Amino acid sequence: MTRKKRRLYLLGLSLGGLAVAAALALIAFQDNLLFFYSPSDLQAKTLAPEQRFRLGGLVAEESFEHLSDGITVRFVVTDLTNTIPVVFAGILPDLFREGQGVVAEGRLRADGVFEASDVLAKHDETYMPREVADALKQSGEWRGDE
Amino acid sequence: MIPELGHFALILAFLLAAVQAILPLVGAQRDDPALMALGRPAAIGQFAMIAIAFLALMYAFVVSDFTVSNVVENSHSAKPMLYKVAGVWGNHEGSMVLWVLILALFGALVAVFGGNLPQRLQARALSVQAMIGVGFLAFILATSNPFLRVDPPPLDGNDLNPLLQDPGLAFHPPFLYLGYVGFSMAFSFAVAALIEGRVDAAWGRWVRPWTLAAWCALTIGIGLGSWWAYYELGWGGWWFWDPVENASFMPWLTGTALLHSAIVVEKRDALKSWTILLAIVTFGLSLLGTFLVRSGVLTSVHAFAVDPKRGVFILMLLALTIGGSLTLYAVRAPALKGGGLFAPISREGALVLNNLLLAIAAATVLTGTLYPLALEAMGGGTVSVGPPYFNAVFMPLAVPLVAAMAIGPMLAWKRGDLPGALGRLKAAALLTAIIALGTLYWQTGGPVLAFIGIALAAWAFFGALTEFADRIRLFRAPPAENWRRALGLPRSAWGLTLAHAGLGLAIAGMVGTSAWKSEVIERVGPGDTLALAGYELVFDGVERIAGPNYSAERGSVTVTRNGDTVTVLRPEKRWYPVARMPTTEAAIRTTLLSDIYVALGDGPDPTGGWVLRAWHHPLVPWLWIGIAIMALGGTVSLTDRRLRVGAPRRARGNAAGGHPQPAE
Repeated sequence: MTRKKRRLYLLGLSLGGLAVAAALALIAFQDNLLFFYSPSDLQAKTLAPEQRFRLGGLVAEESFEHLSDGITVRFVVTDLTNTIPVVFAGILPDLFREGQGVVAEGRLRADGVFEASDVLAKHDETYMPREVADALKQSGEWRGDE
Repeated sequence: MIPELGHFALILAFLLAAVQAILPLVGAQRDDPALMALGRPAAIGQFAMIAIAFLALMYAFVVSDFTVSNVVENSHSAKPMLYKVAGVWGNHEGSMVLWVLILALFGALVAVFGGNLPQRLQARALSVQAMIGVGFLAFILATSNPFLRVDPPPLDGNDLNPLLQDPGLAFHPPFLYLGYVGFSMAFSFAVAALIEGRVDAAWGRWVRPWTLAAWCALTIGIGLGSWWAYYELGWGGWWFWDPVENASFMPWLTGTALLHSAIVVEKRDALKSWTILLAIVTFGLSLLGTFLVRSGVLTSVHAFAVDPKRGVFILMLLALTIGGSLTLYAVRAPALKGGGLFAPISREGALVLNNLLLAIAAATVLTGTLYPLALEAMGGGTVSVGPPYFNAVFMPLAVPLVAAMAIGPMLAWKRGDLPGALGRLKAAALLTAIIALGTLYWQTGGPVLAFIGIALAAWAFFGALTEFADRIRLFRAPPAENWRRALGLPRSAWGLTLAHAGLGLAIAGMVGTSAWKSEVIERVGPGDTLALAGYELVFDGVERIAGPNYSAERGSVTVTRNGDTVTVLRPEKRWYPVARMPTTEAAIRTTLLSDIYVALGDGPDPTGGWVLRAWHHPLVPWLWIGIAIMALGGTVSLTDRRLRVGAPRRARGNAAGGHPQPAE
């Protein structure tokens, strides 16, 4: 095998590999992008019924309650303009508190309640998810720049 | 006084690095041995200065000097000593000092052990290493001074984030940085070789141990981080495809590729310009990781507190380093002479396949990690790319990679015999089939992919063992002969077997826990019982306890199986009053086959009930064991005699305290 041939062979192999990877990535992107919405975004949007997305905002004060099964919790996510009720069956992250930023992943039920499959944990209490900060800025409720 | 000394030492280190970056390079261009010789003392001096700064900062943490603002923000007088020390790198400023300390350490090691390198190559490599140092020392001095004072000093500190107060995480950053920054060696030598316009087998032999050492450290670092996430975050996950995790995984992937392609450079004098490119890309991805973690451009659970100034600075360093080195590469790479020829089916061919798949995998991970940034920049809305994307793109690339992993080492250099290699793997194939069918029999349910995963794991594991058995002529020669051959094998052969078999074990762990974990979550009162994967978990109640800098509620859960008590698990919910943060401490009972994992949730409710969440994670211990064996394999390979030929031994103990010495 000459050097030229080997080069061609390698080039072909790399291009083929890249094409496969690009195809894989595109297919995977189609189904697996999670969009981030604030409660106000949801007012303006109609979503496909089973579409999963991330909901972010603040946990509304005095909205947190346990449902009667003892496991499921219910709270309201607000961007201080609009609100969305959320139910979640699971253990909340340690830093979950009323008045704090939160990002929940799941889908919107037909009755307008967001059913979360994950509530994201943050490692640091001073850390505000950037999307939440942006959403609050958009609704004009952002206070201070910590 | 001591913090000021530290600050002063950092400034001196910056100046020394500037000298080291310029003069040896000029010397190498002008062929002036005196200027080139400056690089070595400068490298050692730079390391000594940064070490003084680092020790000064550590001293401030150890004695809880609350006049230093960094100590105030990240420490507390009641914190256990281990975490006072670990607190040094548990924050942005301190971890940057550790970063440059390790960078300078590698430079100093080249200066001390590189006596037999061609002087010009050594001078240039030291210069490049110092350029990186100049950039990051300037970054620390300009935006992240760890020695800032506060006046008046507070009575006590704000404590380290309690989640970080954990033995696993205390050692996670140093290993991770040893890995990240260790790749700077390969980078510096690659750039030096480009300036020189020459890459030969000696270059490969010199670069490989550094890459291997960095790879081992990065493997351990990622493993520790994953282990920590598993037991500390209280939900039993070990990998989330979080941007920051990806940031450490991408250099690991390309670093693994580099490790393998450097073998080809060393043994066959081929794949040179590709190896140079990999070295540049690997360190570039390490820098990208540093940027992602510290700039806050991506939403991540791991992000440091964010300051946009810092992000811009690191982005500039990143652009300069990668842009500069790639430009140099574009100009110089065509001049690198290719070496030995090989057929597609050969050891070289298999290593090329390994490199292609690893590089493509790294590219897909990079795409997924940066896609949200790109989309947002183009006004496409805020998105996150979650685990489903990464699983969908990564698995199809990992399958052929692992499948080929068992075959590659069986092929000869230059021209391999594929049917012959497959024939020698018959026993491994048979064992793999038995394991896959056995899994199918024992585990009803679970996705089909899981059986493929287990089969792959078994194939990788038995394939690695077959190669070893072949080499020692197991079953074909008397045991004494086997033993003699095993002892006579080069350490790198042991390393190969260990690393490949370890990966097999790790894959089995990943597949086992992903496919067959079971979970219960229930509200329980004292005396209530949960059933989990054949075990019974009896909740005994909760007591209050006090720790050094926290108070906790400790649950007691008795685990029984068929009426026999297996163990008593004590999950905790801790409250750190200074940091005003709760943490969940899961309790884990491990057998070598599976873990029982219990976390305490919300409680108590008005009737005294607690939410209890329990998992059964099959095979998950194999994940950590496998990673440890991989790192062990790399370390064993480092002790290979061959690698010492290029770098003879010097007196022990100079300038290398406690660091894995690649040349030893």
